[in-house]
Amino acid sequence: MLRYALKRLLSLAISLVVASLVIFAVIEVAPGDPASFMLGINAQPDTVAALRSELGLDVSKAERYLNWIGGMVRGDFGTSYTYRTPVGQMIADRMWVSLPLALYALALSTIIAFPAGIYAAARRGKPGDMAVMGATQLGVAVPNFWFAMMLVLVFAINLRWFSAGGFPGWDEGFWLALKSLTLPAIALALPQSAILARVMRSSLLDILGEDFMRSARAKGLSRRQALWRHGLRNALIPVLTIIGMQFAFLLAGGIIIEQVFFLPGLGRLIFQAISARDLIVVESVVMLLVFAVILVNFIVDLAYAAVDPRLRART
Amino acid sequence: MIRSRNLFIGGLLCMIVLVAAFVSFFWTPYDITTMDIPNKLKTPNAQNWFGTDHFGRDIFSMIMIGARTSLAVAIVAVGIGMGVGVPLGLWAAAKKGGWADEIIMRGNDLVFAFPSLVIAILITAIMGAGAINAIIAIGIFNIPVFARLTRSGALSLWEREFILAARVAGKSKIRISFEHILPNVANLLIVQGTIQFSLGILAEAGLSYVGLGAQPPTPSWGRMLADAQTMVSFAPHLALVPGLAIVFAVLGLNLMGDGLRDMLDPKIRVVRS
Repeated sequence: MLRYALKRLLSLAISLVVASLVIFAVIEVAPGDPASFMLGINAQPDTVAALRSELGLDVSKAERYLNWIGGMVRGDFGTSYTYRTPVGQMIADRMWVSLPLALYALALSTIIAFPAGIYAAARRGKPGDMAVMGATQLGVAVPNFWFAMMLVLVFAINLRWFSAGGFPGWDEGFWLALKSLTLPAIALALPQSAILARVMRSSLLDILGEDFMRSARAKGLSRRQALWRHGLRNALIPVLTIIGMQFAFLLAGGIIIEQVFFLPGLGRLIFQAISARDLIVVESVVMLLVFAVILVNFIVDLAYAAVDPRLRART
Repeated sequence: MIRSRNLFIGGLLCMIVLVAAFVSFFWTPYDITTMDIPNKLKTPNAQNWFGTDHFGRDIFSMIMIGARTSLAVAIVAVGIGMGVGVPLGLWAAAKKGGWADEIIMRGNDLVFAFPSLVIAILITAIMGAGAINAIIAIGIFNIPVFARLTRSGALSLWEREFILAARVAGKSKIRISFEHILPNVANLLIVQGTIQFSLGILAEAGLSYVGLGAQPPTPSWGRMLADAQTMVSFAPHLALVPGLAIVFAVLGLNLMGDGLRDMLDPKIRVVRS
């Protein structure tokens, strides 16, 4: 197990280095110099030069890359070009919206998907199964931002149960803040839960065909008992992988939903930063999201290997 | 019977979208480049089947042309994914365990690790918003999908006798890959292709919605939704129609993919029946 973990850790590190290089390179080819962009077209050349050196833009590309990476490792994400505030602080503030939103959506998605998937698997081929599968087919076809708009139309504009957008902040009270994240979370969760329910169902169906399930039935357990006692636990392994992947997707996928609901999360930060050419912010937010995805995958891999020893031997 | 029904319904939906896109090259009910302000924000009626937008343009006509944008972006994006991913996958499988295999698969892991949406936004934001860059951004993420699928399909084929026979006959690995492996993984690729196609349509809609996809005046379903957002309270049909168009197309492709998989992959058929 230790060897496997070290091996995965090494590939995690390599992935992060390569990812950071790619992001840095993409940002580098972006046209426009942040310093001259900030100062406008009438700026004196020496003012621009001074700002460039203040922003750390006057050193070589390699040095800039190392400064960026070194800073991030120490927790210093640099200073925003436009707001002149530490990027780390900006990201941390926005995280308080994006992270709860992703977790909320993940919880909803799981709550919907588990019963739906189990129900469908238990009634394979019957009308109940067909209904659930039909619903999931529709669920994966719906773009989440459009679903979000429809939710706003029904629950905010017509029924007035929720506000159409905005975020009061956690200081205004936990429930009020949670309420303003509810519609966005539902919009994010529903398409995800459709996928999760399908995975849950097919994973359970795979397990139902295993020899140990037949043994469980043979020793006298009813179909239902066998399903709950032996089937579910084994079927959960692939489902957990998908949940891990979905968390990363929800964190990133939130950025479009945040646009629909005008939530001050990472998504709005990234769009604002892009239009203001605030590249250091863009760079750091993207790197952070990639880091989150890679880290979640790493944890899932380890958990997987801990549960299923066969996987350790295979790689 | 279920499988043929999936294929039938899915194929029908796809066909409708395809025909709408194709016909829009020659004919649309109304010209969408002219404004007709007195006629603005009409709800669906006999003259304008899907109503009109805030400029008085016919939404039905815009949906038809929007289908063109969606299909074009998705087709090219899947084309990029297959064109690059399939040869890479074949190569990796032919040189299994070698450095090429290792690099290709690690590279794939890396692309998978990136949240695709974020990178697509990054690419379009840096290189400029537009349909071409949206295609590239979506296409890049199709490469590892096809590479991985091709590799795993090809790996099991390399163990088979008929491949061994081809090797004994003196064929090179490249020739075997294209003459014997590729035709045998084609089914897998077609099924995955329809799925990626539907994901491409969704991705294009998302990028256009945030203003990074097709630019005006080119109509696109995602853009129509973005335009509709501020008017949804008094003209809900503006948001309803393009959204349903997306669902229609994606649902059609997914059903077709499921139907094709059941038809082309006998193993799955056995398990299901």
